[in-house]
Amino acid sequence: MDPVLDTIRDTTLTYRQKVSALARLGEERSAPLRISPALQALRDAGIVCDLNEGPAPYRPRYILPDYAAYLRRGSAFLRVEPPKDLLEAIFALLGIYRHVPSITGYPVWIGDLDALLEPFVEADPAALGPDGELSPSADKAVRLFMEQIDRDNPDSFCHADLGPRSTAVGRAILRHQRGAGRAVPNLSLRYDPAVTPDAFAEAAAACALETAKPSFANHPRFEAEFAALGLAPYAIASCYNGLPIGGGSLTLVRLNLARLAGRALPAPTGAAADLGAFLAGPLAEAVAATLAYIDERCRFLLGESGFFASSFLASEGLVSRSRFTAMFGLVGLAELANALAGAAPGSADRFGRGGAADEIGQRVLAGIDRLVAAHRVPGLEAAGGRALLHAQVGIDSDSGVSPGCRVPIGEEPPLHEQLLRSAPLHAPFVAGAGDVFAFEPTAKSNPGQIVDAVKGFFASGGRYFSCYAADSDVVRVTGYLVKRSEVEKLRRGEAVANGATVLGKGAFDNLRVLDRAVRK
Amino acid sequence: MSAAAEPVGLVARILPFSAVDGPGNRAVVFLQGCDFDCSYCHNPETRAACSGCGACLAACPAGALADSGAGLPPRWDQARCRDCGACAAACALGSSPRARRLSVGELLGEIERYRPFLRGITVSGGECTLQPDFLAALLEASRARGLPGLVDTNGGSPLAARPRILAAAEGFMLDVKAWDPAEHRALTGADNAPVLENLRFLAGRGALFEVRTVLALRGGGPGGGETGGAQEGAFDLEGTVRETARVLARAGSRARYRLIRYRPYGVRAARAATLAEPDPALAERLAELARREGAAEVFVS
Ligand code: SF4
Ligand code: SF4
Repeated sequence: MDPVLDTIRDTTLTYRQKVSALARLGEERSAPLRISPALQALRDAGIVCDLNEGPAPYRPRYILPDYAAYLRRGSAFLRVEPPKDLLEAIFALLGIYRHVPSITGYPVWIGDLDALLEPFVEADPAALGPDGELSPSADKAVRLFMEQIDRDNPDSFCHADLGPRSTAVGRAILRHQRGAGRAVPNLSLRYDPAVTPDAFAEAAAACALETAKPSFANHPRFEAEFAALGLAPYAIASCYNGLPIGGGSLTLVRLNLARLAGRALPAPTGAAADLGAFLAGPLAEAVAATLAYIDERCRFLLGESGFFASSFLASEGLVSRSRFTAMFGLVGLAELANALAGAAPGSADRFGRGGAADEIGQRVLAGIDRLVAAHRVPGLEAAGGRALLHAQVGIDSDSGVSPGCRVPIGEEPPLHEQLLRSAPLHAPFVAGAGDVFAFEPTAKSNPGQIVDAVKGFFASGGRYFSCYAADSDVVRVTGYLVKRSEVEKLRRGEAVANGATVLGKGAFDNLRVLDRAVRK
Repeated sequence: MSAAAEPVGLVARILPFSAVDGPGNRAVVFLQGCDFDCSYCHNPETRAACSGCGACLAACPAGALADSGAGLPPRWDQARCRDCGACAAACALGSSPRARRLSVGELLGEIERYRPFLRGITVSGGECTLQPDFLAALLEASRARGLPGLVDTNGGSPLAARPRILAAAEGFMLDVKAWDPAEHRALTGADNAPVLENLRFLAGRGALFEVRTVLALRGGGPGGGETGGAQEGAFDLEGTVRETARVLARAGSRARYRLIRYRPYGVRAARAATLAEPDPALAERLAELARREGAAEVFVS
């Protein structure tokens, strides 16, 4: 077995996928991180995991360049002049994306596209029609822009934002996404009921039912939290990661609570009595190990990798060190809470049913939040060095582990109960938490229903809401999107451009994504 | 007003979230009791009032029903109920022991926690206009809480005579089951004169939110009306759709016209045998006809 040769010979990989797999194999020849035996044991057990970030980090995991500054100033490194009209702005953006590093090699954030482009539309009388919508030529430019993004970035973690204002560009993007059947880019509507008109929100909901995007982000909530941390403005990147624009996150390390439950508890016992001991014992140790790993990855990235000394993004001020945070992810809260509650399948105490496991889940979450908030990552400037919590969506190999704080697929309570119970669980996840709902295709005739559900969810504290109709080809796996038809191709042994399709196939098989409860 | 004076209604069921009973997300209140007997009724247990005979007690597998004695409806333990439907299936009257007497305040209290998610309520049935005072009071109180109410009616009671309901409702959803009186009688056991009168009256006032026709064919053998034309023994679906669309167009109504393809789920077996499902192509042809006649928005579901 020679992994290099195996990669070269693999007929299900495209050229770009092989290059990135080979680069990873090269990276694995080095092991510069200092990892304690205790941490290594937790990594080996799958309890602490860097989610494929690699053993020698040479770029931050999530980079959100300040594209507005780039469009204002241009870039000496890229030899791009400040654009003067819509077409120049589109080409300038297409020109920078491939220079934005990430784990997959494709940018995880390509901008708040409507806010970036609308000023060029407003400045050009020829770009707007008499109806306030884009003129045919501007509309075509935006359509081609979106198509090119899909071709250039065959990666479902490539994310763009819209809103909260309704703009001609934003409306055009929604129009073109509908019916286009593209998984890329992933899209969020930063939704503010006080600013976003209902008609725009309903257009977004109608688009989501057909194409599984955009999702809705609770804009007032994210905005206020990032302002309080001194990190405004924020954007939504990758799956649903709330992060500072002009920075991002150096790393995301996750704690698998489901695995912790299986390993650290001697037996499923009467929960309440053990909870305190569990929180102070196995859980606190695992949290400390996860934080230690975050510390070490940040130390190497900030101090040794040379990223900030060499990247034009840093030297041209499109990102700054002080706006990079670090993310503490978690998965499997449901499974841990069920184990601690001793709640057997089908029992009313199961997580998501409003009983004992819910209460325990809340307490576990509060415990983790306290420990993470009290820690300072050495050298990390953003938020005073505090890591931000993230309800991680899982990876393709996860089996029997629910994303973040979600209710397991197959155990979802009725929609209204799930929305009410899930909303408060989103609270501590400043760097993102979200729920996904599959709706009956009939919901397409009433997208206002989705907007009403979102309004209530956000008013109850929910952070992020995704949906699609059960008959849509583009399906939201956990946070990212894949096309069912592409997964089928992969099953037949054909290569597909989008690397996330491979993850999607694993998730279809392991996470029962297609078994998600369908809402009437 | 004392608590005793608050109107009390007989409520079959409350559905806190619905996407198919009006615009946006709505709570739906089903009132018990109906004066039509439609062949394709999907919730026949909401038709009759319970006589308190007790025949359903033994049918319940969950011990959720208890005898109240003295010919009163059984006591129903909601917490124990598994929603299996065995009680209604055992009821010879077509009733259900699960209907509850609730005051307006109690009813709205049950949906209060869902209020942030709701755009309004829809009052359905059974036939909700058979409890006119309760219906009016419910609509008024709900609107005062920021949840305007739609009324979903079979149209059997003339609404022109119900000014309080007209004033309190956000709009109406009306079923036009058949244009031809004999056909209507065959399908529902009732005369359609008041239905058509309501259609014209509500359309003229701009009070119609939605009109619906269930597209069902006569069952039991070939020649059952697959063409949708007025052939012998077939329902004249074309006539019903055309005439209904014409009334809407003439009144300048912006109501949506929904054509619902009959499906046998939940329908009493004996009655289901008298009906057949239309194919989607026929439904689309009829939708096209309604559009041609000038109906504002036509849906097939
Ligand atoms: S619901 Fe039917 S069976 Fe049960 S007591 Fe009432 S009338 Fe009798
Ligand atoms: S639906 Fe009726 S029979 Fe079934 S559990 Fe509930 S009360 Fe009992």
